[in-house]
Amino acid sequence: MDAFIAQVLSGLVTGGIYASVALALVMIYQATHLVNFAQGELAMFCTYLAWTMLDAGFPYWAAFAATIALAFVCGVVIERVVIRPIGESSVLAVVVVFIGLLVIFNSLAGWIFTYTVKPFPSPFPAEPLFGNHYVSSHGIGAIGVTLVVLALLYAFFRFTSLGLAMRAAAQNPVSARLVGIRVGWTRALGWGLAAAVGSIAGMMVAPTVYLDPNMMAGILLYAFAAALVGGIDNPWGAVAGGFLVGVLENLLGAYVIGTELKLTVALVLIVGVLVIRPSGLFGRVTVKRV
Amino acid sequence: MSALLEAGQLEAWYGATQVLHGVSFSMAPGSIATLLGANGAGKTTTLRALCGMVRTRGAVRLDGQSIAAMATEDIVRLGVAHVPDGRGTFLDLTTEENLRLGGYARGNRRELAGDIERMYGYFPRLKERRAQQAGTLSGGEQQMLAIARALMLRPRLLLLDEPSFGLAPLLVAAIFDILRTINAREKVGILLVEQNAALALELADQVFLLETGRIVIAGAAATMRDNDAVRRSYLGY
Ligand SMILES: Nc1ncnc2c1ncn2[C@@H]1O[C@H](COP(=O)(O)OP(=O)(O)OP(=O)(O)O)[C@@H](O)[C@H]1O
Ligand SMILES: [Mg+2]
Repeated sequence: MDAFIAQVLSGLVTGGIYASVALALVMIYQATHLVNFAQGELAMFCTYLAWTMLDAGFPYWAAFAATIALAFVCGVVIERVVIRPIGESSVLAVVVVFIGLLVIFNSLAGWIFTYTVKPFPSPFPAEPLFGNHYVSSHGIGAIGVTLVVLALLYAFFRFTSLGLAMRAAAQNPVSARLVGIRVGWTRALGWGLAAAVGSIAGMMVAPTVYLDPNMMAGILLYAFAAALVGGIDNPWGAVAGGFLVGVLENLLGAYVIGTELKLTVALVLIVGVLVIRPSGLFGRVTVKRV
Repeated sequence: MSALLEAGQLEAWYGATQVLHGVSFSMAPGSIATLLGANGAGKTTTLRALCGMVRTRGAVRLDGQSIAAMATEDIVRLGVAHVPDGRGTFLDLTTEENLRLGGYARGNRRELAGDIERMYGYFPRLKERRAQQAGTLSGGEQQMLAIARALMLRPRLLLLDEPSFGLAPLLVAAIFDILRTINAREKVGILLVEQNAALALELADQVFLLETGRIVIAGAAATMRDNDAVRRSYLGY
């Protein structure tokens, strides 16, 4: 029983990471109907920026905040410089660009920081919180950070006019222009926010998996599964999907298929959802008028 | 005094297909004009061309300022509100969020709450539905919402594409009354595209008759009611 609880809790910890990356994917999907394959690599690259600052002696939370800001700028710049010019062309062109970005970030990180695995510090104490023996304080802290990020995003989209404008632009760009929303900029802002959320996920996962250029590869796959399970058009579904996939992955890995085959769980989920319920568990089934 | 809106030799294309072939007209400040024409004549396209939603060539001036090359969102920010063909409602957002968005481009955010109440005054039904998803409103309610959303901009020019579409006659009369009030009280110029020509002629000061992308007749509404061609084609007597 103890081991079972421990598996569930550590599943929730990784699930929080998947939830953040899935949320970043959903945010870009909602605005552009594209899945950003480079989301994970961007997060990894930003985590290296954090590492560089920490290495230079910055206090943790200062580096944390600066990384989020840099990630945001990075996201905006990528949208403006790379995505926007190809915006209206074919899906294939966009996919190629995403894969290009993925490869570029990966090799850039390898080239600048080498492929040696680096330890990355956690801001949370080393001894377990509240004397529990199930989950590390970093695990609890990471979940806490994830939940704070989610709450902030919720408040932004729900209560500010800019958040409302972004939702409007994602839903109906033509009407959004007709009320004076600069749709191009709301898209860039969406990319910035997604990159910022991704960078937080990167900094939260790096202490556990260690920092290397391929750190996010598996995570992106799980996050993609999470987004699909929850419904790619539903931010809440993506978050719930993230936690669900995290726990499922751990339990199946521990009791059913063994750790070597864990990544297949993600693939099976992806294919399963696409075949059985493409709108996801919480996604809206769109009825097309004919 | 310059015209509120002036279009000069306006042409418009969808892809390679030219739909407008040199549309010219002008509207006096604070006036109501109506654009009549058969299905497919290019009425919707004219409204789209005026606010930069299709590829165009030619001149468009708003109070003397050229807006022909501007992006839609910048034209809107100059005070041109457009109730588009199909209403353009944000279906997943609530009624009140739709109204807030209508005032998004306005400089003064503090007046928004008051203006939303003003719209509820014009359309009490919308107040009852304020927290409801706009997609679940009835067709008529959505049409009211589209007009209220446009008015939230406090526009100097209101472009309306078939505001009576799908509405019961009583409601149409009510909406036209509101348009008349708004025009009189707030000096909003209105360019109206309407299938119900009798109603449109009653409301409008000026009439433009569009035929396959060209204006073929223009004149005061009062004289148009007696114009044989207009009567036969649009009034049915
Ligand atoms: N999105 C589009 N793509 C291609 N052609 C279009 C498009 N919209 C309209 N057209 C064409 O442009 C012409 C003018 O259409 P428009 O919608 O402006 O007519 P309308 O006068 O508003 O007609 P209705 O009374 O039916 O609303 C039509 O021949 C139509 O087929
Ligand atoms: Mg039309």
